[in-house]
Amino acid sequence: MRVNGTDEKLDVEPWVSLLDALRERLGVTGPKKGCDQGACGACTVLADGVRINACLALAVQYADKEITTIEGVTPHPLQEAFVRHDGFQCGYCTSGQICSAIGMLNEAEDPAALTDAEIRERMSGNLCRCGAYNGIVEAIKEVAR
Amino acid sequence: MRPFAYVKPADVAEAVQAVATEPGAKFLGGGTNLVDLMREGIERPHTVVDVTGLPLDEVHELPGGGLRIGALVRNSVLAAHPRVRTSYPVLSQAILAGASAQLRNMATVGGNLLQRTRCPYFYDLAAACNKREPGAGCDAIGGFTRSHAILGVSDSCIATHPSDMCVALAALDAVVEVRSVRGTRRIPLVDFHVLPGDTPHVETTLAADELITAVELPPSPAPSRYRKVRDRASYAFALVSVAAALEVRDGTVAAVRLALGGVAPKPWRAREAERLLLGGPATEEAFRQAADAELAPATARPGNAFKSGLARATITATLRELIIEGEAA
Amino acid sequence: MTTTDIRAPEKYVGRPVDRLDGPAKTTGEARYAAEHHYPDLAYAALVHATIARGRITAMDTAAARAVPGVIEILTHENAPAMKPAPKVSLLDISTMASGTSVNYLATDEVHWNGQPVAVVVAETSEVARHAAALVRPAYQELPAVVDFAAEEPNAAPQKSSMLAETSADKGDAHAALATAQASVDLRFTTPPHNHNALEPHATIAVWDGDRLTVHEGTQNFGWLRKHLAKRFGVPERNIRVVSPFVGGGFGGKGMVWAGTLLAVLAARATGRPVRLALTRAGVNHTVGGRTASTQRVALGADADGRLTALIHTSVSRTGRIGGTPEQITSASRHLYAAPNIHLRQHLVQLDLLANTSMRAPGESIGTFALESAMDELAWELGMDPIELRMRNEPERNPVDGKRFARRLLREAYAVGAERFGWRERDPRPGAMRDGRWLVGMGVASAYHPSWKLPASVTVRLSADGGVEVRCAMHEIGVGAATVQAQIAADELGVPLEAVRVRYDDSDLPLGAMAGGSMQTASVAESLLAACRKLKQSALALARRAADSPLRGRRLDELEARDGGLHHGASGETYAEILARAGRDHLEAAIKSGALGMVGMLRERRRWVKAACGAQFCEVRVDPDTGEVRVSRWLGVFDVGRVINVKTTASQLRGGIVMGIGLALTEETQVDPRTGRIMNAGLAEYHVPVHADIPHIDVHCLDEPDPTMPLGLVGVGEVSITGVGAAVANAVRHATGKRIVDLPITIDKLL
Ligand SMILES: Cc1cc2nc3c(=O)[nH]c(=O)nc-3n(C[C@H](O)[C@H](O)[C@H](O)COP(=O)(O)OP(=O)(O)OC[C@H]3O[C@@H](n4cnc5c(N)ncnc54)[C@H](O)[C@@H]3O)c2cc1C
Ligand code: SF4
Ligand code: FES
Ligand code: FES
Repeated sequence: MRVNGTDEKLDVEPWVSLLDALRERLGVTGPKKGCDQGACGACTVLADGVRINACLALAVQYADKEITTIEGVTPHPLQEAFVRHDGFQCGYCTSGQICSAIGMLNEAEDPAALTDAEIRERMSGNLCRCGAYNGIVEAIKEVAR
Repeated sequence: MRPFAYVKPADVAEAVQAVATEPGAKFLGGGTNLVDLMREGIERPHTVVDVTGLPLDEVHELPGGGLRIGALVRNSVLAAHPRVRTSYPVLSQAILAGASAQLRNMATVGGNLLQRTRCPYFYDLAAACNKREPGAGCDAIGGFTRSHAILGVSDSCIATHPSDMCVALAALDAVVEVRSVRGTRRIPLVDFHVLPGDTPHVETTLAADELITAVELPPSPAPSRYRKVRDRASYAFALVSVAAALEVRDGTVAAVRLALGGVAPKPWRAREAERLLLGGPATEEAFRQAADAELAPATARPGNAFKSGLARATITATLRELIIEGEAA
Repeated sequence: MTTTDIRAPEKYVGRPVDRLDGPAKTTGEARYAAEHHYPDLAYAALVHATIARGRITAMDTAAARAVPGVIEILTHENAPAMKPAPKVSLLDISTMASGTSVNYLATDEVHWNGQPVAVVVAETSEVARHAAALVRPAYQELPAVVDFAAEEPNAAPQKSSMLAETSADKGDAHAALATAQASVDLRFTTPPHNHNALEPHATIAVWDGDRLTVHEGTQNFGWLRKHLAKRFGVPERNIRVVSPFVGGGFGGKGMVWAGTLLAVLAARATGRPVRLALTRAGVNHTVGGRTASTQRVALGADADGRLTALIHTSVSRTGRIGGTPEQITSASRHLYAAPNIHLRQHLVQLDLLANTSMRAPGESIGTFALESAMDELAWELGMDPIELRMRNEPERNPVDGKRFARRLLREAYAVGAERFGWRERDPRPGAMRDGRWLVGMGVASAYHPSWKLPASVTVRLSADGGVEVRCAMHEIGVGAATVQAQIAADELGVPLEAVRVRYDDSDLPLGAMAGGSMQTASVAESLLAACRKLKQSALALARRAADSPLRGRRLDELEARDGGLHHGASGETYAEILARAGRDHLEAAIKSGALGMVGMLRERRRWVKAACGAQFCEVRVDPDTGEVRVSRWLGVFDVGRVINVKTTASQLRGGIVMGIGLALTEETQVDPRTGRIMNAGLAEYHVPVHADIPHIDVHCLDEPDPTMPLGLVGVGEVSITGVGAAVANAVRHATGKRIVDLPITIDKLL
């Protein structure tokens, strides 16, 4: 598996999730575990540039994919924008929010034309219990334009 | 998760062979439902046959105007497909109303069809559940039933089928193509899922060794749309959803398709309502009466009694919106 | 947020300074509790009881033990004993640290549905979880009382404590209500809630002989360390808690719950470092949440809207094995100048997991009832709801005549009404529309008492001009280090970049708990004192030198700026002072003591201190389906002086977001037959998502509280108060329907 641009030899059992493989076997702890059920988005990573929930992905299923986590996107203008707009508090959802936003901007036909409501709907797979939603949307808007 | 063997066949024949010889095997699509259920200890396959390497991930136009959708097309890809967006907006909207962008990027058409109920008592191994363990009883009855069904239920099980996509497919007269070592079968989507009766663990007419290979759509019907009502603005399962297509000529309903989600153990094609509407006046009053007729056999519990009224309101609103849309076009 | 920046531009306090930990949090570098690596780390998983009450009669672990990779399975039959939880005493409030009174794995008793009854330790997390699913306990069930609604009539009066009074009587409220010209009498219910901080609780415990290191996201270093010392019989100084980042707390990480204790126990039993990261369901089953409540609010008024009677009573619950009673009627002690007031709180005890504080315990649900009732009274009187509140704004604290340290509620409403366009509101229900959507506007008051606790802080000044602030603080998302760095930079007159704040370790001087909105003010007070002490020392050092321009000066005459102390054009830098004296550093320490606690209670007897505000909400309601969407929000707050405009606005918004969850979507579903939480996951427990939250406008009046350090009061909780009512009142305006049962879901509006 390629993780953040380097080839990783991973010898994991088939029942190990991509998230646990990253966090517990490779020490890549940027992606977070908030629910382990696909219900929060904290584990969002990019697989060949497409955002997915690593907690519901079996690592073996992604053996031939290029996985990019928050560590691998650094530096990205969204990171600075998140800081400037205070798009986080505790920071636990942040890796997922940023990876998701990158995937979301890739998906959009015209990112610059996205309305606030569209950004909110498209980002709704990423919960933020601290409620930093306003800052997150502002940061994404700034980078999309 | 209970340990299991993992295989990833490269062609369909190999895939169906793999499950034919291994009774405890399960296909794995995007994994968004199966991996969750395995982790919870509810699904315990001995072998997992990963089908995502199969060449079933394309959408083709059919002669005569229909569409053939490979079973491994990702939900997000299908929703964004130009033909789907223009000719089958109800399908695109239904998919986009479900889950989250990340999950839709992972989820496959085949897996979506076979996703299991979100009944909380099904999910909690501490509860009694006939679907998980035939004959064990049903703790949902008498418990929290907000997510549960009012139509097509039995004393054994009142769980809903949670899919949004399938509700649209039911309205569109989709046909599911399945394959096993015995050959290929075609099953109309409305007959694909079955009501619980006293065997709620049997959810479809699919045999354990059959692989879903494609879903086919007949040529697109009249203007269509999907409306989903849920407990938050996004990322929640339907309390009630409506897939509808409507064609009105001179104030009269010339064609109508109606299917409901969130209210039944299967994607619910509202045949009775359609029958009443067809050829009648396209008025709110008629919509309401048709909805009432469809919902008349409802069996409600204290926690989901509101769904009849909500379904009626949502059906009426969706048909009204289609009329407005038609007039605008 | 907009605040007029009236302070000198070179000052940091009051400015929207970016969080110092921003880069760490946005690059994935920030490490949370579960993310620390040890070479021989073992992984633990819990087995939870599936009955509400009873005894374990057998524990079949054979299948689980047979799984390759299992190291140990601890049950009540083989686990080493912990010491029992200490009895709660007000003399040492750390005795309140215990989440429950259960001595886990030392008893065959089951006290709630979900109680941990075994711990599996294994070589990987997957094996631990799989094996835990194979452990088969057998039970003898006993009758359990788990149904709050059914038990409510048996509630007993809630005792008052030194920290929270639970009743009040002034005049004869019942008689006044009976003769009032206008009145409302409403019964409200609110469901249980769970914090569901995004980071599930996780602990890594590492024993080295009788020394223990614990990685955990905690809201209370001090309590955690003391409690572990007591339970495991080691001196406090042997325990080190490391907690650089807490992935959200909201009260859920303030006490010590089963997972922490069992991780430490498992590490001791196996001789391995052990990580116990709870599953999401595990969090819900072992960490208490907010109590359910039923409340009655009855208000009487004369025809001009002046209150003649205010009655507010409540029933909430604790667990038989512990729980934190809430001050549900607290806001009713402070908000309205009624001549006759009757407040009572009652409790039931259930066989459920102990409840605990969750963001603004008491006030968040208490204001829902009180402020909904006020709104209903305004309808009754045909009066504008803001006007009704203004007519009843008290000069002094209504229940006891104490003085308010500061109270700007009038100003908050005035500013808010203007900013929100309240005048455009057509007062008739259902009169405002946007296309098919019904539009409604509602207001409610926010109110939360402000507290502060003693805190220890050390400040160190180095010869190179660098400043190090040392204080164990809890970074639960409040920007703790950033805010204190701003204060230290201003007090010492050094650039922000020169200040380093070390806060992540219990070996540092202990600050105050992150709870009750206390941390910032408590630490700030000690930090200010430490900085002053440090400047005194620097000055004393300078004055010893004959050639110092500071010779003969008193500190009060000097200004701290440009990295030193100055008087007009003359002065010198700290670096110069230290270099001349041949010192490589200076240090000043402020130590918290028991005296501080006494002082705090004495202050509370003198003043009523609080943060308050006005919440303005606009909703859209779908007339067909009853779907409610919050479309606009404004909160105007009186939170004293604002240290960091950016982080303060975020925290205030965060409270409003959680309040919108409380209003519309959140409810922990406890099955009344079994006491089991049936929505112990994030797909089923609906916290607001992006799409639920509009732009939230927040505005701070930014006037210092004269009785608080730097004039600041805590902002963590006030903004969730009043939110439930503001939404309910907007819904009432849009639809004509008064919803008294939270959450305001579709079924209630159809
Ligand atoms: C938090 C959350 C929220 C969600 N919200 C929604 C929602 O709002 N609306 C909604 O509709 N859905 C929702 N979903 C469900 C989601 O749509 C399904 O999980 C998804 O569609 C399943 O597809 P998959 O490919 O991942 O299936 P998998 O998990 O891979 O498989 C599901 C089942 O299908 C079988 N299977 C898969 N492919 C085939 C095949 N080709 N032939 C035969 N059998 C096959 C598997 O054996 C398994 O039994 C949600 C899921 C989560 C986790
Ligand atoms: S409703 Fe069906 S799925 Fe739910 S507990 Fe009952 S039998 Fe099981
Ligand atoms: S951890 Fe994967 S979605 Fe929550
Ligand atoms: S910043 Fe805490 S959950 Fe988003």
